[in-house]
Amino acid sequence: MAFDSFSEFVHMGGYGLYVWSSFFLTFLVIAGVALETSVQRRRLQKESLKVQRRKQRLARRTQQASAEE
Amino acid sequence: MWRWLHPYAKPEATYRLVDKMLPWFAGLTVISLLVGMVWGLAFAPADYQQGDSYRIIYIHVPAAIFSMGAYFGMAICGAIALIWQIKTAEWALPAIAPVGAAMTAIALFTGAIWGKPMWGTWWVWDARLTSELILLFLYIGVMALYAAFDDARTGAKAASILAIVGVVNLPIIHYSVEWWNTLHQGATITKFERPSIANSMLWPLLISLLGFMLLTATLVLMRYKNQLLKHELNRPWAQAELAQASSTSAEEKR
Repeated sequence: MAFDSFSEFVHMGGYGLYVWSSFFLTFLVIAGVALETSVQRRRLQKESLKVQRRKQRLARRTQQASAEE
Repeated sequence: MWRWLHPYAKPEATYRLVDKMLPWFAGLTVISLLVGMVWGLAFAPADYQQGDSYRIIYIHVPAAIFSMGAYFGMAICGAIALIWQIKTAEWALPAIAPVGAAMTAIALFTGAIWGKPMWGTWWVWDARLTSELILLFLYIGVMALYAAFDDARTGAKAASILAIVGVVNLPIIHYSVEWWNTLHQGATITKFERPSIANSMLWPLLISLLGFMLLTATLVLMRYKNQLLKHELNRPWAQAELAQASSTSAEEKR
């Protein structure tokens, strides 16, 4: 352990604000990229459902058309 | 010799491979980052000149190295896309570019935050800082060019060319601290002599490097999966994959 107490650890020898802000901002950027990626995935799920419904509707319509004939 | 690679021109095969690798990358990322950060922040000794401010090195250097590593990987994908016209290589560009840009941004602002107490300034227009800023613009350029065409494949070609041309910036970034006078300190580990850092500080740095490498890979693979699904949305395998995932997440909510 390079520090004797927790408050010294937070203080970082006077550089606490610099050290912790850079770690915090780094975390924010990475979390932002990860979050955006999962939002992208959810959007794809919705898109896929739409595509499937459209396909089913088309299939039903062609079935009806052939039944009427 | 390269035959084993051929199936991966097929998006579904690539997706299955990525899907299998992803949990391993993610798990190892968490472990190595946790060990590297805790060791670097709490257990490594303070620097005799820079005190505790030097601890920013444990994110600054790994982010900077993999901002360049990701760029090189993206350029290789661009070359494969141009030479062999493989779609799955084209789709890697929009997967890698935002992650690389994030790494570049992290390297830039942690550098600024480190520079303020050590150099007395957030920013100087010297070779190292400027060339790293250009790397950020290259990433943004690749993303913009990829999205700028109605035909996605034309966009991918244009973006690939920019990615390949931009590789010239990488040695400039690396050697900038030797070629020009600068406030930035010289290389610590990426040189041919012994690293100029004590072992007690070097080990947590190496583990952080591993952590950032795995983190970059994890984020890229997550985004790459999305790219594969996006382009194959009409295929049954992609629909099955997305339906399966949405039903499990719905169950979790219950």
